[in-house]
Parts: sequence; structure tokens; C-alpha cells
Amino acid sequence: MTAAVVIEHLQKRYGENPAVQDISFIVERGEIFGLLGPNGAGKTTTIRCLCTLAKPDSGRVEVCGISAIQQPKQVRRRLGYVAQEVALDKVLTGRELLRLQAALYHIPRAIAQDRIQELLTALNLTDYADQKTGTYSGGIRRRLDLAAGLLHQPDLLVLDEPTVGLDIESRFVVWEFLRQLKAAGTTVLLTSHYLEEVDALADRLAIIDGGRVIAEGTPSQLKDQVGGDRITLRLREFTPEEEAQKAQHSLNALPFVETVIVNTAQGNSLNLVVQRGSNALPQIQETLTSIGLPIFSLAQARPSLDDVYLAATGRTLMDAELAAASTRDLKKEQKQAMKTT
Amino acid sequence: MSPSISPTTLAPKVSSTPEPGALAEFTQETIALTQRLFIQLQRRPSTLVAGVIQPMMWLILFGALFTNAPQSLFGPDVHYGQFLAPGVIVFTAFSGALNAGLPVMFDREFGFLNRLLVAPLASRYSIVAASTIYIITLAFIQTVVIIGASAALGAGLPGVVGLGAIALIVLLIVLGVTALSLGLAFALPGHIELIAVIFVTNLPLLFASTALAPLSFMAPWLRWLAALNPLTYAIEPIRYIYFNAQWSLTSPVMAAPWGDLNFGVMLAVLLAFDVVVLLMIQPLLRRRFG
Repeated sequence: MTAAVVIEHLQKRYGENPAVQDISFIVERGEIFGLLGPNGAGKTTTIRCLCTLAKPDSGRVEVCGISAIQQPKQVRRRLGYVAQEVALDKVLTGRELLRLQAALYHIPRAIAQDRIQELLTALNLTDYADQKTGTYSGGIRRRLDLAAGLLHQPDLLVLDEPTVGLDIESRFVVWEFLRQLKAAGTTVLLTSHYLEEVDALADRLAIIDGGRVIAEGTPSQLKDQVGGDRITLRLREFTPEEEAQKAQHSLNALPFVETVIVNTAQGNSLNLVVQRGSNALPQIQETLTSIGLPIFSLAQARPSLDDVYLAATGRTLMDAELAAASTRDLKKEQKQAMKTT
Repeated sequence: MSPSISPTTLAPKVSSTPEPGALAEFTQETIALTQRLFIQLQRRPSTLVAGVIQPMMWLILFGALFTNAPQSLFGPDVHYGQFLAPGVIVFTAFSGALNAGLPVMFDREFGFLNRLLVAPLASRYSIVAASTIYIITLAFIQTVVIIGASAALGAGLPGVVGLGAIALIVLLIVLGVTALSLGLAFALPGHIELIAVIFVTNLPLLFASTALAPLSFMAPWLRWLAALNPLTYAIEPIRYIYFNAQWSLTSPVMAAPWGDLNFGVMLAVLLAFDVVVLLMIQPLLRRRFG
């Protein structure tokens, strides 16, 4: 069976802005694939090319072996799209919107009726179905949009930032639903700039930055590539700087310790990278006791996707996010989003 | 959220049901999109209410403007109210049609259009068709109200064939202008620009037509302009129907600066206007619709 999504050397520029420089990845059938990257990295443009809303300048874009460039209508049939900004007609009720959506996918009326009811039940929307969508909260809107994307039982569900702006509870509801969807056999492609979202959901992921894929693999593969475990150490709740530096000096001398950083932003806590599998914690405790320093907290963890991102780009996702926020022209981006070619 | 979801609901469709014909698909999506517009109208009727009140104001206020004008000024045995009614019918239909692009533009701006564009529509012209059906229905409702009100104000009531001809003329002018507005809705960057275009088109086209005054009143240059204005080609035949119980396709309807034009020619010009507009917006729509 062909892969659910094949994207190869995708390029797309809007005027002077090279939104996507060179993106390639493959999504296998039945997996949840995450596209991770800061805002402005090219995720949404990639998705727009995949969903036939934008024509790539060059490259290959295929859904289930069908070219999105040559046979857009065939691709549209197989794909459900849940956009970043949920656009609901606020005058319609949820049920009316789903009926409209069903007609746009040419589902026969009687079948549509049943399927709408099933999806409303599955997404716990029955109570809201006959209210106008203008009265919905963010979580309900998102769930309705999920239902709309699934009405025609697509092979592939594409979600652009599915939980952005949602409260934690709604976010977990969406996550749980996506897992069930995967269990039922649907392929899911989602973009996110939340590390924990991709970490929690994705079987595999690609990290995108500056319009290029900079890393690809399963979350644990990527974490392994970064290597080492992370240890966070606090001597006191608020550690004096001299004490932290003294500890840094001593810990640096340990053979299994790769780096030690004093994190001044977090009350002079110490961030260590140590070799994987080393029995680090007892030896750190021993070292600190021997030089007479207390321990407030000490925790060891596998590297996070943030560490993967940091290793690949030299900056944390948060930094990238902040940098992007200051240079973004939201008005211009909205104009771009309105363009369909 | 209930944890018990039947896997069959969520599972991707493996076997595809036999595809209905493209025409059946086009019909289904057009009906659904039209339905949406009418649900909007039903829940937010202010557009229609204003669209009915406005021509009433034209009839009453403008009608009163020339109450004391000499009776023979607009034609034998014609008072200004009678003269005005056809102008108001056409101008009202025209304004409504000119605004047809606005909902589409807002759908573009709010991202709702993307929902339509990622769907496997048989043809994206169903979006255009739905808007056109909606606008034509509105124009007919307005026309009926104006004809009724004008009759009550003493303008008389054309016969059944005359009413049919009026319907056809309204249809022709609405079709062309709606297409123009929809083309602009896809071509212009945003609603601000679209509203600006509507604003500079609407009233000038009214004053450069025979809606409010006959050609013979106008400065020679304006007479030329009015005789080239599509609105005039809709107004004059309707006016002829209002003024003459007997009319045919060969009736001389308008004395243009270059010669007399009969009823049939006027209709042909309106039809040609529609064809030209539809051809003009083709490239715009094709660029958007791929």
C-alpha cells in the first residue's frame, strides 16, 4: 500500500517570502505524524499545499499515491482538513453546518443524517447541535470542526494546530479523540508548536525550521540522537550564586558529566547533561555532600523534544517563537491565507 | 466525552460508494450552498427589510420632489410617480446585485471559503450559482413589492405578459451585475476595496441613467453616457410597458443620440452585457478555482 502522504522537495514562496524552502517527509498509513516547529516555520504553508489550497512552486505532493497538484479533486475526497482558525458560519447551528459539509462531499442525505448523529454523539456534541455556532466555546467549536472533517470518513485527517487556544481539559479531549481515530485506522497528520502535544500523540515527527526539515524520526529516536540525560538540580529553593558556582565547579569534574549550566532565570538551579545510563544521581549526591552543599531537589529525565530542537537549531523553541512573533506581519499572513493559488 | 465510539464511525471508508454523476453532485452542492444563504437571510432579515424600505423611500421622497412639475413634462398623461417606478425597480435590483460579492468576500476573509475549497466540489461554480440564485430571488421579492407599492401610489399595473417581460429584464440586469460583483469579490484584496468599488459605482450609474429623468432633459454628453449605461437598457423597456398597454419587440423604446432603439434591441443589448461580463470574469474565477 502506498504511503498516506509523500512530500518531496516541496518549495513555495509568496512573493519575496520563501515560506517553504525544501520540505520532504513521508507519512505511513495508520500513524499519527507530527509537524513541529515555531510559528512561521512553514508548517501551515506545507499543509495548504497538501490540502490543495495552494499550488507548490516545485516538488512532489501526494496523498495515498495521488498527486495533489495533478488530481486535486481526488485528493480532496480522501482528506479531511481541520484548519487552524475554525471558520464556522455563526448563524448556522452545528447540525446545519454538518449537513452543508455533507452535501459538499456528496454524501447521500440518509447516510449523512446517520453519520452526523454518530459523530455528534462520539464528540459529545449532542447538547449543542441545534444551537448556533456563534454561541460555542473554543473547545466545542474545535470538536464540531473535527466532526466536519470526519463526515466523509477520510483516509487522512489533517489538523493545523488542533489545540491552539484551548484550555487543558479540551486539549486532552481532542488528544484522546485523535488516539481513538488512529485506533480505528485513520492516518492523522497534525502540526503543532506545542512540544508536549507532538510528544504525547505522534508516532513519528518532523521538526521544521525556516522552511526546511531539520530532523525526522520517532520521538524517542530523536531524543536518543541528542544523547545524554538531563538532570535538574536545586541546592535550595533560591540558591545563592556563589553556592551554585561552587557546585558547578565540582560537578564539572565528574567523568560522566558533559555540561553544567547555572540557570539564573530559575533561582540559580543547575542544569546538567550526563551520559546515558550512568548512575549519576548517587554520585552527584555524594559529591555535593562532600563539599557541604544541601540538596533541595534533584531530578533526572530523558531529553525532551525541546532539547532535540535546541540541538538542531541552536535555540529553544520558546526563543524561536518569540523571535518569530516580533518579526511577523499578521496582516500580511492573513492576506496570504486568502489567496487560493 | 464518551469513551465508547463505534470504530465504524471513525474508520476510513474502504470501499467507495458508486459515484453519482457530476450533474447530480453539482445540484446537491448548489442546493446546500443556496440553503445556507437563505438560512442566513431568515435569521438575519435586516438586509431584506432595508432592501424593501429603501425603494419605498425612493418612491415616496423622489416622487414628491417633482409633484408640481407640469403634467406633460414626462410624457402625455404621465405623472412623475409613474415615470419613476421603472427606475426604482431597476435601480433596486441593480444595487442588490452589486452587493452580491460581499458575502463571498467575507467568506474569504473569515476562512469559510477554504472549507468549500478543500471539499471535492463537482465544480466551484456552484459557489457562484448559489449566490446568483440567492440574489435573483431577493431582487424578485423587491420587484414585486415595488410594483405593488407603485400601483398603490397610482402608477398602474402592467398586464401579465408585461409583468413577465419585467421579470425577464430584471433577471438579465441582475445576472450581469451579480457576476461582475462576484468576479470582484475574488479579484480584490479585501472587503474595504470591494465596498469602495460598490460606493463609486452605485450612485453615479443611477444618475447617469434614465432612472430619474428622461434623456431629453440631459446635457448632450450625459445623454450619450446614459444611452450607453446598461441600467438604461433595463429601465426604458420597463417604462415602455408601464406607459403603453400595447407593446411588441419592435416598439420604439428609446431615442438614443444616434437613433431610435426598439424593444428587441434593448433586450439584445442586456443579453450581450451579460455575455460580456461572464466572459470577463472567467479568467478571474479560473485563476481562483483552478
